[in-house]
This record gives sequence, structure tokens and C-alpha cells, in this order.
Amino acid sequence: MKIRRVNDFVIRFANVNGSGSASANDLLAKTIFRLGVPINPYNIFPSNIQGLPTWFEVRISEKGYLGRRGGVDFIVAVNGQTLRQDYDMVQPGGYFLYDSTRKLPDEYRREDITVIDIPLTRLCNEEFSDPRLQQLLKNIIYIGAVSALLDIPLDTVSQAILKQFKKKPKLAKPNIQALKIGFDYACAHHSNSCGLSIRSSTAVGDRILMDGNTAAGLGALYAGATVVGWYPITPSTSVIETFERFANLYRVDKESGKKNFTVIQAEDELAAIGIAIGAGWSGARAFTATSGPGLSLMTEFLGLAYFAEIPIVLVNVQRCGPSTGMPTRTQQADILASAYSSHGDTRNVLLFPRDPHECFQMTADAFDLADRLQTPVIVMSDLDLGMNNHLCEALHWDDKRKYDRGKVMSAEDLEALTEPWGRYLDVDGDGICYRTYPGTHPDKGAYVTRGTSHNEYAAYTEENQAYERGMKRLMGKWNTARCLVPRPEITIRKKGSKIAALYFGTTTDAAREALDQLESSSIFINEMRIRAYPFQKEVFDFINQHDIVFVIEQNRDSQMKILLSGGCRVSPGRLIAVTHFNGLPITAIIIRNQIHTALLNRKLKQQ
Amino acid sequence: MSYVRSAIRHPDAEKNALGYTRKEYEGAISSLCAGCGHDSISSAIITVCFEMDLEPHRIVKLSGIGCSSKTPAYFLGKSHGFNSVHGRMPSVATGANMANRDLIYIGVSGDGDTASIGIGQFAHVVRRNLNMVYIVMNNGCYGLTKGQDSATADKGSKTKKGSPVVLESIDLCEMAIQGGAGFVARGFSGDKKQMIMMLKAAISHTGLAFVDIVSPCVSFNNVPSSTKSYTWVREHMEASHTFDFIPYCQEISTDYTNGKTTPITLHDGSTIKICKVKNGTDITRRSSAIAELEKAKEQQHILTGVLYLDPDSKDTHEVLGTSAIPLNSMTEKELCPGNELLAKVNDSFR
Repeated sequence: MKIRRVNDFVIRFANVNGSGSASANDLLAKTIFRLGVPINPYNIFPSNIQGLPTWFEVRISEKGYLGRRGGVDFIVAVNGQTLRQDYDMVQPGGYFLYDSTRKLPDEYRREDITVIDIPLTRLCNEEFSDPRLQQLLKNIIYIGAVSALLDIPLDTVSQAILKQFKKKPKLAKPNIQALKIGFDYACAHHSNSCGLSIRSSTAVGDRILMDGNTAAGLGALYAGATVVGWYPITPSTSVIETFERFANLYRVDKESGKKNFTVIQAEDELAAIGIAIGAGWSGARAFTATSGPGLSLMTEFLGLAYFAEIPIVLVNVQRCGPSTGMPTRTQQADILASAYSSHGDTRNVLLFPRDPHECFQMTADAFDLADRLQTPVIVMSDLDLGMNNHLCEALHWDDKRKYDRGKVMSAEDLEALTEPWGRYLDVDGDGICYRTYPGTHPDKGAYVTRGTSHNEYAAYTEENQAYERGMKRLMGKWNTARCLVPRPEITIRKKGSKIAALYFGTTTDAAREALDQLESSSIFINEMRIRAYPFQKEVFDFINQHDIVFVIEQNRDSQMKILLSGGCRVSPGRLIAVTHFNGLPITAIIIRNQIHTALLNRKLKQQ
Repeated sequence: MSYVRSAIRHPDAEKNALGYTRKEYEGAISSLCAGCGHDSISSAIITVCFEMDLEPHRIVKLSGIGCSSKTPAYFLGKSHGFNSVHGRMPSVATGANMANRDLIYIGVSGDGDTASIGIGQFAHVVRRNLNMVYIVMNNGCYGLTKGQDSATADKGSKTKKGSPVVLESIDLCEMAIQGGAGFVARGFSGDKKQMIMMLKAAISHTGLAFVDIVSPCVSFNNVPSSTKSYTWVREHMEASHTFDFIPYCQEISTDYTNGKTTPITLHDGSTIKICKVKNGTDITRRSSAIAELEKAKEQQHILTGVLYLDPDSKDTHEVLGTSAIPLNSMTEKELCPGNELLAKVNDSFR
């Protein structure tokens, strides 16, 4: 039985990296998106520049489920290295398109799938002679064929090509030619062989297709970040590259040609965050972005910024650890390392964006929070969110919005003081003290910032009580932070249900889909999306209102569950781990199965 | 040892052009060992800032970790300071300077802080040619952990309790010259006159001014067998050039009798006059500056003075083209592109 579905399937492209396939595959994804059909494209790529296997998967969902579904309905197999693996992974009833210039080996004998043979190399070489062009256009030929098989009008894809090559119109011509070759071949030899189809829709609406790193870079730009220290590392690199690209467009003074920002590529991550801290201390909005090992290298400095109370923003685009791990695979496994980063009693504010729209919002908000709280704020993105396009709400900036620079003393403020000013003196009782920027006043407000213990007046001290007072005040500030960070999002599927689930970040889409599926089998699970750490009271209240709470996350050790148990405000027995950590994004099926099994086991135990 | 500095000063104490006495440039009382070379350097910094009429609050002092890095507490009490983490002063200084280019940045570090744990940051801040004075108080040992050899300890040199150093030493001045610092000098904490002139010129220079000052550790490394001891340095010190620093606005009155002086104008208009006592080495050429250092080393001499100077040196701001207005003073008006542009950005993602 062939799978027959409209606007609801998964197509995967198996390629060799460095062969130009990414832009071709993206072209098809964009075309479907522009037809108004919600998509979730996902790039599975190696830590390599050329020659290794890479896959590009697009989930198409009219209903708008944007998590990874799992399973593949249609595969375009153009990488000989992985042909067998790709052949085997097609769902029963699915489709297998391959380059039939070389015959499929005899042992490929599945009868439950439809094999679509297209002699891509032959068609390409007959038409084009330039070897470099041949490699690129072979990709466009299969895009043409797939478009025909999925009933996408040729003209729509041609328009997408014209848009892509707007700046290089010369290249558009051979691309459109290649597209037509593939399209015509598929029409002539495989008409009616594919049961999957794309039909234009209005489901996308006003939404945009953007990656999280672009959104985070824009968020920093809009929030007024001026000093960036950074060190290139996958998958966070493009946060800074985007910031710089847009800053060069929108932040250069028209008259002088001078930049109202600076981006310093440092010698390592230690220097990268050191630069941000120096700038934050001096009153500029400063940030850095990093991943995996970079976070480990930044820990000492994070401790300094926490203890000396210096605002900085860190965008942590998480990848698979530990150590070098899988640099091009995704995980949410830096929760504890970020929350408690650095030796001694240290706690950092974390924000958990779920999509690019929130990456923009939360990165922008992180600057206000960092300034208000005078402490590092870490935006917890991940590779899935950061490096892949996601369908999300269009970005918006309120032009009336003012940057909250927190408690900063001007020369006039210092002048007006009747009591001596103390950098670490808690005047307002919220744990947040008043700071000065260097150079503010000739004889007031200067002090030495230090990572050594200090008293209320910033003087070095080894007096135990003074140290303890400072550490307690920092806890007071932590409680203030609790009131300022984004609140959780709670959805009650059934009042009185004693089962709940909580999730955060990029687990959101898959989790909601899984809970929808469970609801359709009459299992009602209330849900909460955590958006920040420190946790508010309502996070604990929600948990305590339920008998069991599934904590869904993408790491092995249930780090969010550990963090939630840390405050001792919930009984750890209530929390049940649902985890996934193989480096690919979590899917609804994985979540549904684990919840199902857990509920079944619980029932068996109770009987 | 004194624990508190007397607040009383002579009513007729000398005042500088700003009307400040030396007192306004002093810091807390030093807690370093009596006789520590570092205290002489702190004192030289105080004199330099006082005599140059610098406003204390327009100076930022930064340091890493170690005995040397404690000294910012002992000078310029009215200046903002940042005692950062071990070996990381250069990155913090970079950030602070990029945020506000209008202040004067003085970084203080030691040989452990710079030549070992912080050598990467040192090399790169030099390469960026950040506009700052970078002082290394160089005693060839780790004082605060009681006398272990540092990476600048010369091969064969021996501390109070140690055995002769078996590894090659790192010459920070040579590294600074190679790396792109616009101003490189070496002094000795026992020669205050030279130190003062050198630091004045360093402050006037735009770009990274690296000043390595041999500063004996009286507790652990001041024995005759050590090449960082007072006696050894005094016996082996050789001035590369005699030079005078003539601040901008001051009449050039220094009298060089032999007439072989070369004036080099610094960015702020002040002049360094180099008197060529030796073979006419050109200190504005990297290759000859390094050759002189190596030659002196062969002869077991410590070359002091301004070793290298690039009068056309361009600092980080100039290279990167940042605004002349300090970035930390900008507001939504200069920084936020607004929602209309964001709508256009949205469109390019459709």
C-alpha cells in the first residue's frame, strides 16, 4: 500500500556534504513554505567541510506540528556511501528516489516501497559540460523531479530560483534549465507513481522561516549591544556573524562612516567572555555566544561576573557533549553547567527560548535583565533551534521601548548623596546595589572591582561576616530575579487531572504533539513550559498540584529534573524523567512511548 | 610597618596644573613585603600621573592575580580599578577600552600572570595594539605561592631555595615587538628616574605600550645567584639609549651636548628624544630592536630603556573603525534600528 497524503509527510535528502546540496534542498523547503504549508526543515550534518554523509529532512505538516516526527516517507538517495541505510529507513509504503545512472544492486529487494529511478548524473552530463556546474545542477535536477512528483507547479520553483539568484541572474538560467530537465523526466516516466502531494495552503499565515541564531543576533542588535567578544565554535558561530552583518547595515554612522559597535574575534572563549565582562563593567551592553567546550572555558569568568556583579549576556547554543562530543548534533545538556557555572556557590539566570521568535525576544530581554540584576544572563538555545530554520511568528520591536540600564549612578546622583556610597550596599532591600561606570565623577564613585571577597564598600576583606553578608545578599538578589524572569506557560488539558508534563526550549513542539496524541486516546496530561531559571513559585505549585509530572528533556541525566529537585520544594518522586539524547531532536513518538510505558508500569504496580 | 597612611600632608605640598597634590594619586597602604620592587613601581606610577596632570578618575587600572596584580590597590585611589582573574587582565582591558575609548588604561601584571597563564591573552592584546599601558612587574618567580620559578626566570638563574632554572626564559619585550605593540620598553624598579620617563612616554603613546620592569622579589628571589636580584641587575644593566620625554606643551629644554638626538613625536604631541649613545640603532625598526635585545643577552646584559617605538602605530579603535564617541554613552537613538527595518528583515525571511 502506497502512503497517500497531502501536506503531511516527511521527505529526506541523503547527500554528500560540500556538494552544494544544502542550498538545493533549502530551495524546495522554501518553495513549500511559500505555498503556505508549514514545514520543519532539519539539517543533519557532519563536523566536516566536504565528503561526508549529510541529510536534510523536511517535515511537512498542514496541522502545524513543527517538531521532528521521526520516520521518513520519501527519500532522495544521492549518496552512494549511505544508499543501503537510506533504502532501509523508508517507511513501508514510502518512496525511494535514486540516481539510476548506476543500477540499484540486486539485493535491494524491498517490495513494500516504491522505487523511483531517475538517471540524474546521465541527464546532467548530457546537458552541462562544466564539471563544477555538473555537481551543483545534478542537485537541481532532483529538485525538479521531486517537485513534479509532489505536484508542485514548475513555475513556483522557478520563481524561488529567480529569487535565490537575484544578485547573480546569470546563474539562474542553467538552474532553471536543470530544474525543467528533472521535472520533465519525472512527468514522462513516473507520473502517478507518488501518493504524496503538496497543495497550497493558508496555514503559514504571517509567519517567517528563520533560524534561532539569526534571531538571537538580531535580538542583541535591537537591545543595543555594542561590544562583542567571541571565538568561533559550532553551532553558535552564526549568532555573532548575523549580529555583525546586520550591524554593518544598520549601525554605521552615515556621516563619519564609523561603527557604533565592535566585534572582537578573540583568541579563545576565555578572552571572549573577558571582553564582554570588561565592556559590561564599563557600561556598554556586551555579549558573547558559545557552545559546548566554550562554555566550560568560560566558567571561571562567569564566576567573576556573578561575584563582582557585572552584567553580561551569553548565548549558549548547546550541542552534544561531554568534551568535544558531537559538535554538529543537538542536546539540552548544559542546563546544570550553565545554572551553576563556576566554582563556589554560583547561580546564573537562564532563559529557554522555544523558537526563533523567542530567541529574538529573550536575547533582547536578557540585556535588560542583566543590567537590572547586574549578573550574567544565559540564553539557552541549542543546535536544533540555532542552526535550522523554524517557522515562527514575525519579529516585532516596540519603538517606544527604553533600555533598562538598571541601577547606575550618574555624577549628579553621586553629588546628591548624603551618605557614603557603597558599591555593594543594599540600599533598596532587593539585593541589587547601585553601580557606577568608570570615569563618572572626579572624587566619588570610584572603586576596585574584584573577584576576591569584598565588603559593602568594595574593599578587600577576609572578614568572615562580611563575606557571609555578601553571599546572603546575592541570594536576596536571586529571589528578586525570580520575579523578573519570564513566567512559565501553563496549559490545563483537563481540570483535576493528576498527571502533568513539563518541558522547555526545543522540546516544546514534539511534547505538545505527543500530548495531543495522548489526549486523543483520552489520556489528559496538563502541561507547563518552563521559560526561565530561577523558577517561580507557580512552577513548584503546578508540580505539587499533580501526582506525577513527566519532565521531558534532551539529555541523559535529566538535568532539568535535578535542577527542579535542588530547591527541595518538590518531592523528587513526583518527577518522572522522559529523556532523549542521541543527538537528533526529540520526536513526538519517543515522548508518547515513554509516557505510555511509564503510565502502564505505574498501573501495574498499583494493581 | 605602617598599617594606616597618615591623612596629614604638608600645607605647602606641591600642586600640579589641576590643583591636585600627590596625595590625590596615592592609594591604600601596600601590604607587600618591605623592600619589594613593586612598591617602587607603584610610586613611579603615582609620580607620573601627578606630574602629567592626569585626572585620577579618567584613569582605569586593571590587573590579574599575583603580588603585582595587588598593586592597583596601592596607587590611584580615586581611579576605577578591576582586579580580574589570573592571566586575564588583557581581555577585560580590551572590553573596557572598547566600551569607553576616552579613558586612560593602565594594566598591571606579573611574570606568572603574563608569561605563563596569561601568555595567550598577552600575545593577543599586543597584536590588537589596544590603547593601554601594559606593565609587567617582572621578578622571575611566583611570590604569592612562595617562590616557584616563573617562565621569565633566566636559564641558569637560581632563586633562594631552588636549583638553577633548566628551561629557556621567555623575553616578553621580544614577544611584544614581534606581536605588534607600538611601544616596548624595559626598566628596573631600582632606577626610578628612567622608569618615570618611560611610563610618561608609554602613557602618551596611542596603542599598546608594553613596559617590562625587572622588580626583585626580596623574599624569594633576591640572592646573588638570581638574574632578577638587585645586585645582579645593577651590575648587568645597560641602557639602550639615554632618552628624555618631553610632554606636549612643555618647552623643549633638555640639553643634549653631543647633538646626536633623534626626536620622535608621539600621538598626543609630546616628544621622545633619543640620544644615541651606541651604534645608532634605529628603535623604530623591529628587526634591529630585536637584534639589540639578543646581542645584549649574549653579553649577559639587561638592556633597558625604550626598545622599540612605532610612531605610526594604529590602535584597535582605529583599525576596526569604531565611533569616536564612546560606545557606552550611546542610547536607543544610535543603537536601535527600529520596527520598520525589522519588518523588512521579516520579509527577507518569507
